[in-house]
Amino acid sequence: MTDKNDVLCLGNKVFESRLLTGTGKFASKELITPMLQASGSQMITVALRRVDLGANEENILNHIPDTVTLLPNTSGARTAQEAVRIARIAREAGCGNFIKIEVITDMKYLFPDNYETLKASEILAKEDFVVLPYMMPDINFTKQLHDAGAAAVMPLGSPIGSNRGLDMKQMIRIIIEQSKLPVVVDAGIGRPSHAAEAMEMGADAVLVNTAIATSDDPALAGQAFAMAVKAGRMAYLANLADPQKEASASSPLTGFLRR
Amino acid sequence: MKISLNGKAVQTQSETLLALIAQKGLDHNSLVVEYNFEVIKQDLWADTRIKEGDNIELLSFVGGG
Repeated sequence: MTDKNDVLCLGNKVFESRLLTGTGKFASKELITPMLQASGSQMITVALRRVDLGANEENILNHIPDTVTLLPNTSGARTAQEAVRIARIAREAGCGNFIKIEVITDMKYLFPDNYETLKASEILAKEDFVVLPYMMPDINFTKQLHDAGAAAVMPLGSPIGSNRGLDMKQMIRIIIEQSKLPVVVDAGIGRPSHAAEAMEMGADAVLVNTAIATSDDPALAGQAFAMAVKAGRMAYLANLADPQKEASASSPLTGFLRR
Repeated sequence: MKISLNGKAVQTQSETLLALIAQKGLDHNSLVVEYNFEVIKQDLWADTRIKEGDNIELLSFVGGG
């Protein structure tokens, strides 16, 4: 079993689950609550949008239990100032002080703009937000975010919604090795094996949205990802031996059939 | 009077935020209202009078990753 003391601390909160989830792309909002129950995820992202004055949409927050920490994102922001405005609105609206900074100008790959992200992180950290920036994997940028007061870094594994897994694996490995902040691998994690891979490498958590939400059974997929995250974490803590080029016998080779 | 509502210039007869929201038929509990770049809590909607040139954003939380 995992150590009960092996928890993830972000801001002033303690999380037993290292699987962060998202609310985007669910076929029905009704699927979110069972997914949260099945996965045990304790933090979930939401987005803020102008209401469609023609339609009356149901409140997504009704589907998220109070025990789950809300992580509003700043999606739609193309500049630091827009991200800051969204963050302030989300906090004023009663969503707590966690914020996932997401500043995107590249509409093909949805890669984050690290420069604008840093500016937003500096401003919001000074305003006592728990700042979780979605970032292009870069070790210097990781240090800058640390100095800016971010609570964690969220390097992307591969483009949002691509299900490609850890295209950025080597950069993420270096970030995990060097970062003084918790590392949450966000975006592109398409399978439980990708999540396990990130956790085995020593990531502190992963954020999975598309893969769970677009599966035929989000509760089952959520549970599968939760198990993979736990397995990966346990393997990391167990400190597995490195791969070797040659065989190393696991049974005695000194048999009794030959002399 | 003319106001900016969700980024669009519109005419409204509504005198308060509450009246405007009622006129649009929006669910109160899912709404986040930004009035001239300041979030106004639900219990103050009735007291917030709309003036010519106001910038009003009616927002809500939606699914996102």
